Amino acid sequence: MLNCTMKAAVLIQRWYRRYMARLEMRRRYTWNIFQSIEYAGEQDQLQVTLSTGFSVKTQNVTHLTLCPPDLISQLLDPVVDPWLDKETCYNLIAVPESYTGPRLSFPLSVSDTNTLLGAFKEQQTLHARYVLQLLYETKKLLKQMPNIIHLSTSYTKEITICGDLHGRLDDLLLIFYKNGLPSAETPYVFNGDFVDRGKKSVEVVMLLFAYLLLYPDYMHLNRGNHEDHIMNLRYGFTKEVMLKYKTHGREILQLFQDVFSLLPVATVIDGKILIVHGGISDQTDLDFLSTIERHKVSGSKHVLQVPFLDSLSSVPPPSPPQHEREWKQIVDILWSDPKTQEGCSANTFRGGGCYFGPDITQRLLLQHGLQLLIRSHECKQEGYELCHGGQVITIFSASNYYEEGSNRGAYIKVGRELVPRFYQYQVSRTTRKLTLTQRVRAAEGSALRALKEKLFTHRSELMSGFQQIYFFSGCVSVSEWAQVLESVLRLDLPWRTLRPHLACLAPDGSVEYQSCFEDMEPGIPLSQVTPNLAETLFRYRTDIGIIFNIIDKDHSGLISIEEFRHTWRLFSAHLGVDIDDRAIDDLARSIDFNKDGSIDFTEFLEAFRVVHKLDNKDQQLNGKMDGKFS
Amino acid sequence: MMPLVHRLIFWETPVEIGTIIYSLGCFPTQADLHDFTAEVEEGHTGYIHLDKFLPVMTKVLLENKYPPIPEDLLLQAFEVLDKEKKGYLEPEDLTKYMTQEGDVFTQEEMDEMLTALVDHEKNLIYYKDLINLLTIDPDM
Repeated sequence: MLNCTMKAAVLIQRWYRRYMARLEMRRRYTWNIFQSIEYAGEQDQLQVTLSTGFSVKTQNVTHLTLCPPDLISQLLDPVVDPWLDKETCYNLIAVPESYTGPRLSFPLSVSDTNTLLGAFKEQQTLHARYVLQLLYETKKLLKQMPNIIHLSTSYTKEITICGDLHGRLDDLLLIFYKNGLPSAETPYVFNGDFVDRGKKSVEVVMLLFAYLLLYPDYMHLNRGNHEDHIMNLRYGFTKEVMLKYKTHGREILQLFQDVFSLLPVATVIDGKILIVHGGISDQTDLDFLSTIERHKVSGSKHVLQVPFLDSLSSVPPPSPPQHEREWKQIVDILWSDPKTQEGCSANTFRGGGCYFGPDITQRLLLQHGLQLLIRSHECKQEGYELCHGGQVITIFSASNYYEEGSNRGAYIKVGRELVPRFYQYQVSRTTRKLTLTQRVRAAEGSALRALKEKLFTHRSELMSGFQQIYFFSGCVSVSEWAQVLESVLRLDLPWRTLRPHLACLAPDGSVEYQSCFEDMEPGIPLSQVTPNLAETLFRYRTDIGIIFNIIDKDHSGLISIEEFRHTWRLFSAHLGVDIDDRAIDDLARSIDFNKDGSIDFTEFLEAFRVVHKLDNKDQQLNGKMDGKFS
Repeated sequence: MMPLVHRLIFWETPVEIGTIIYSLGCFPTQADLHDFTAEVEEGHTGYIHLDKFLPVMTKVLLENKYPPIPEDLLLQAFEVLDKEKKGYLEPEDLTKYMTQEGDVFTQEEMDEMLTALVDHEKNLIYYKDLINLLTIDPDM
């Protein structure tokens, strides 16, 4: 009997360990999928937003008069509007008696920040007047600050350093709860990426700026790559502001851009610890960095001094070397990632900044007498991660970033001895503790949905790749299938491992490549739309939506057919999609459901949402299916 | 259908060799893992080079050296532990077996197993249901 028991135990143990290993693999590739899509999305953004701008130097004025260029260029081009520099930008806005939200009085006092905290916990929205006033005051303050802030631990207790928050108010409140509110005893450094992705970016950044105004000596903010108008357009901040502030949204966004461009780019503690959002490159020079006029240099990886190209010109204007050098310093700081390999190479994944190796870190630290680099920019499962032999720390403060249970958040505390201590946490939305299995399954489901949508929106290219191979060899092997996917999507994912989730096998072991697209369909039947056009619309649906929102001056939800046509022509010119005017006209007419010359763009966008046919079935299996990237 | 050794993902954080071998469809015992590691490890560094790993792993796969456990055998194993044939196991009993017999679990492994397998309402382990639920796994 004893022998039998032991054999039984061994069997169960072996099976269970194998099960856990599978779970770990699934967790890892789920993570890979989320990260790849996230970074690839940031690259796509480059192409789209360049094409939607209006050049200041255009010769094609006729095109401009058809569309309202002023508000778009004002939004997309961070040129200072003199009106926003005056107090009248907020003074003239009356706060009605009926307003029950928080009221602020300037200069801010502790009771104002407490009021804000309480109000935001109660889901209240700060009135536009106070938002503008707070931003105006923040802008005034930041103008006086240098590019690199130097802090000392000799005047304070320990300094707390936090990473990306991405609009997660719950995480910020949890940090304040665990660690204490900002004060002389509890100074903070927030290392960028306060906005985008999360739903409470406005609240997060209002709190951070409020504390900055209250305690400019104890509250320090570094700029992140998401403190940028182009990123905001794509990743949700612009949309959030426009939704919450229907009347004054544009002024608020404009002022935010001014403030963002004025944020310092680096913090140094005791001359020993360097804190920047992204990282460094082999060109990083802190002395040169401190001389740059930072608000004039865009933090966008792709924007030079003239932000936008004319829709019909294909050659960008040349930029003088000096400006380019300055721009590169900032972009490297905001966008770079550390890697294990030595050397410095272009960060192809992000489309901007560098990959920097341990030798680059070593060199920079030595050069400036530093001993540690703290950066953020990358989500880490434990909220933090060390690399380069402990010389680089990544700190990330948005827990559950990709999915419920995906990762912890963390912050660092350093005292006079300059030894970092890590504090982790995780915001929990459910009271019931999910098992590892449930969490992995939920996250995996979400990641696979996003990945399948990617496949669907690149269907034509993928199919032509598959068909070429099929034509020559009569079948598509798993390897070939994987190769096509990687060459089209460039996500650097373990395609073979993922194959069972994405495509079926024929009896002979080859891939039935059509099965990749089987369980998805468009929101409405699109028989009249050419596949090319349809796919482009699917792919850039979110961006198109944002542009429509900007064009829609009176928030009616409708834009004219003419506006639609013009916008679309700009898009297609730069996306290299060969669509003639007639196809666009046909599309416009087919979408004009009311036949009254205007398009309800919400309906339009609904049509181009990818619908997962197996949604109901999946919901039963996985419990939670919220398309994160839709 | 022989699974191919797919391209191993290069991660910044290291992954355990056991995890990789398990996820390739194999079911080695702890002793098997020790032997495998001894064959491929770089001295006593605790690290394994991909170049050394690949040929050894390929051989394992081609020879089907660590074949999978059929589901019904697994069910029998649970039934052996369930001496009174109640159809379920108490957490204390499972813990005793897992941490004292065979290739014993660490405390961490045991805690995770209990979290994953115990029915929270009844505080029992209904192993028959679990086998179905937890072996739904796409083929490699």
